[in-house]
Amino acid sequence: MAKKLMKGSEAIPEAAIQAGCRFFFGYPITPQNDIPEYMSARLPKIEGGCFLQAESEVAAINMVYGAAAAGARVMTSSSSPGVSLKQEGISYIAGAELPCVICNMMRGGPGLGSIQPSQGDYFQATKGGGHGDYHLIVLAPSSVQEAVDLMHTAFDLADIYRTPVMLLADGIIGQMMEPVEFHEHEKRELPEKPWAVTGYDPKSGRKRSIVNSLYIEVDELQEMNDRLQARYKEIQEKEVMVEKYNTEGAEVIICAYGTVARICKSAIAICAEKGVKVGLIRPITLWPFPEKELNEVMAQDSVKRELTVEISAGQMHEDVRLAINGAKPTDFYGKPGSYTPTAEEIAEYILKTREA
Amino acid sequence: MLWTNIFAGFGGQGVLLIGQLLAYAGMYEGKNVSWLPSYGPEMRGGTANCSVVVSDDPIASPCINMANCVIAMNRPSLDKFEQNVLPGGKLFINSSIIDKKATRTDIDVYYVPCNEIADSLNNPKVGNMAMLGAYLEATKAVDSKSVLDALLYKLGEKKAHLIPLNEQAIELGKQSVRDQIK
Repeated sequence: MAKKLMKGSEAIPEAAIQAGCRFFFGYPITPQNDIPEYMSARLPKIEGGCFLQAESEVAAINMVYGAAAAGARVMTSSSSPGVSLKQEGISYIAGAELPCVICNMMRGGPGLGSIQPSQGDYFQATKGGGHGDYHLIVLAPSSVQEAVDLMHTAFDLADIYRTPVMLLADGIIGQMMEPVEFHEHEKRELPEKPWAVTGYDPKSGRKRSIVNSLYIEVDELQEMNDRLQARYKEIQEKEVMVEKYNTEGAEVIICAYGTVARICKSAIAICAEKGVKVGLIRPITLWPFPEKELNEVMAQDSVKRELTVEISAGQMHEDVRLAINGAKPTDFYGKPGSYTPTAEEIAEYILKTREA
Repeated sequence: MLWTNIFAGFGGQGVLLIGQLLAYAGMYEGKNVSWLPSYGPEMRGGTANCSVVVSDDPIASPCINMANCVIAMNRPSLDKFEQNVLPGGKLFINSSIIDKKATRTDIDVYYVPCNEIADSLNNPKVGNMAMLGAYLEATKAVDSKSVLDALLYKLGEKKAHLIPLNEQAIELGKQSVRDQIK
């Protein structure tokens, strides 16, 4: 199929539809309004498709909860402050063990913050976000094509592990146009959904489905939590995705994700011109975090240190430090809020700290 | 081949469009491309700019700080982005409404009378296309044929009759660069 030049926030909903998403519930917020706009134009024209602009983020995520309970492929999208509002619902969906996809086009925070790109929601996305012991699978695209490909992965992973999956992107991915191809995706084996609430027929012999996240009995709640933790362990073992770039024989390893990782690739080219070999580890799954892969690269004799680059105060850097666990020095470059670092300044920082 | 470009002007001058046309044209020619608009508060203040990368190799960063080429359609854009041209790079100035000369001496500067060219074609809207023509002549980044294909795609068949006008504007923009190189 021919390549099309598309904005991230149009390519993402198109990919979702192609991945079988038929329900979208959302509430507007910059910089992701093109996603609901696209869905509002496309979904009503598709058989069984439903787009609904809810009265609030809280309503939207609970509509997602309902559609997921009925076994549908469903998604919502928002940007940072809106995603904060959805956290209660996301915790319920995780507790009820339901699949859905949530897209967060991160903008600067805290509070209403700014409308420019940011990576300040890493903690919220990867550590749970709402209450209780749960995780989301968190996917971080660094190009429009990758965002398209990851939408398919997101819906499949959600179904396989009965968990909410978050596509965590910065505003740049949403606003940028790049050529994309909508090609066939490898089909993963998907489980049936016997738990779905699709109407009870006493004559069917099927057990009554009940979707709920309330477990009054301590033992029952324990059982649900054990089930979740076992699933998270399996996800950590099987679903890590990471890009290694220029890592072999590198002196410095950068750890960065999303658009920032691409800016780092330009910084790596600048460093190479000065004769300094720098590599990049780009987590594609932020949760599960690619601990093993990072350590394999760090273990090379050539690697002297690690540098995390983020548009945050160093949120992912905490996971990097936990993973490396003191084996080699780590460092951080970046600012919280909405300041996108330039390739030139990242390269300058690497070269400067090398001399020091 | 790697062209990193910043197109800047005020809202309505069509800078985002000519940036997009360049991206489409590059894609049609099998190159890697990215188009990134500014969408922050500066956009709400009436000025607009976009970063466009056209490259044979996969594009590392779509965010451009230092560019091979800066296209300034109005004075504030020149003031802001003249410093962002890489040494040896190219700066395109819409001389119809920018009353200032470039201060840099380590770059190639082209003065393109976009508004006069548009007026000569009796259509004030095609000043941006004249600028794009100038850019194409100076860089040869993509072929004008690919740009016209992209324009046809953007306009749709219903507005296809506007293609010759735009083609003329591109040609006059090219001519203005040829006149300056002589």
